Amino acid sequence: MKPVRTPQQAAENMKDGASIMVGGFISCGRPTAVLEAIYEKGIKNLTIISNDTSKEETGIIKLVLAGRVSKFIGSYIGMNRIMGEKMKSGEVKIELVPQGTFVERVRAGGAGLGGVLTPTGLGTAIQEGKEVLTVDGRQFLLEKPLRADFAIVKANKADKYGNGFASGASKNFNVAMAMAADHVILEAEEIVEPGELDPEKVSFPCVFIDTLVQVAKPAKGGK
Amino acid sequence: MDDKGRLRIAKRIARELPENSIVNLGIGIPTLVTDFLPKDKGILLHSENGFIGLGAAPSPGEENPDLVNAGGGAATLLPGGCCFDSSMSFAIVRGGHLDYTILGALEVDEEGNLANYTIPGKFVPGIGGAMDLSVGAKNVVIAMEHVSKHGEPKIVKKCSLPLTAPRQVNLIVTEQAFIRVTPAGLVLEEIAEDTTVEEVVKNTGAKLIIAEKLGRF
Repeated sequence: MKPVRTPQQAAENMKDGASIMVGGFISCGRPTAVLEAIYEKGIKNLTIISNDTSKEETGIIKLVLAGRVSKFIGSYIGMNRIMGEKMKSGEVKIELVPQGTFVERVRAGGAGLGGVLTPTGLGTAIQEGKEVLTVDGRQFLLEKPLRADFAIVKANKADKYGNGFASGASKNFNVAMAMAADHVILEAEEIVEPGELDPEKVSFPCVFIDTLVQVAKPAKGGK
Repeated sequence: MDDKGRLRIAKRIARELPENSIVNLGIGIPTLVTDFLPKDKGILLHSENGFIGLGAAPSPGEENPDLVNAGGGAATLLPGGCCFDSSMSFAIVRGGHLDYTILGALEVDEEGNLANYTIPGKFVPGIGGAMDLSVGAKNVVIAMEHVSKHGEPKIVKKCSLPLTAPRQVNLIVTEQAFIRVTPAGLVLEEIAEDTTVEEVVKNTGAKLIIAEKLGRF
């Protein structure tokens, strides 16, 4: 069984300079409760690894606006003009990664692999400084694994072992990120006893999860 | 470009998509293709954030926060649709399982090089799925205005902006022309009903090979 904690307790061991993966695609499947606790806690010099920063000035953007984020690694920052401004001013170092490469680097980090060989980015600015390998006559870029100190992921339902179900398109980056950090926090809208979650509906197995946090369900029709 | 031009592009591309194909639509003009897809051809839309079977926007009040399209807007899942995580979604894209990707562009050139993700110093929204989609999809179709807001050709001899992917574009559809990228160069196969070959050539910054049997759309 995994401990069920408040967002504040879940953020307790996070320190200045921590690297934190955050699941979600825009606001879909996006964990927000522990990010709020990180904001309250006041830690800084953070590296945030997330596909995008979402539209709202909450979560990652709130931390960025407070000057707590020194580096962002993701695929898209166009949802919110603030990231573009911080990139220009140099206040936040931004590493842009093609989305498919991004998720596969995270997966490699969690799956014990030494990297990913992908054709994506060949002949573009993404190739700069990277090794190109030829396999069976085809060229690939070597993209290195991504790992973090912490990952915060989201599920609709989880059991107390940490098995999680993420519905529809909310699985997105949560599945790969659940594997790729030293300490993984699962925010679940519903936490049930073992046996109450259909084993055929497990999006990520319990083995990856360290801490559970119960959060509210988003209102239907709203975001 | 007016709405008429945008809809003409979408309509022409929808006609190009074969039965039972899996198609990914980018943001902007490509999204308009949805409205022209024939219902009886079994075409399914892939949404790179994690599902196949993307349907129309839901009625107000029926939005599901776990089902959004690649632009973050509320979406629905059609019967027969399926959901997966981002790793699986891009395995579909990169692994050659996606038949068509329809993308917007800033510039396309004679060799099929595509630039659509950044104007350095001005516009850096990020890459998103564009690089994987253009490298991985079996067919890359560009849906865009023939010229820029300032009247400059967007189809050029050589892209000047940073590339999204080299040599991947197969087809360019604008409000004026339907152009295929071939090893011999850009072949003008069709022109719009309200233009002339001379006009299209004038608005294009690259050499066009005029097809023997020039069509109209």
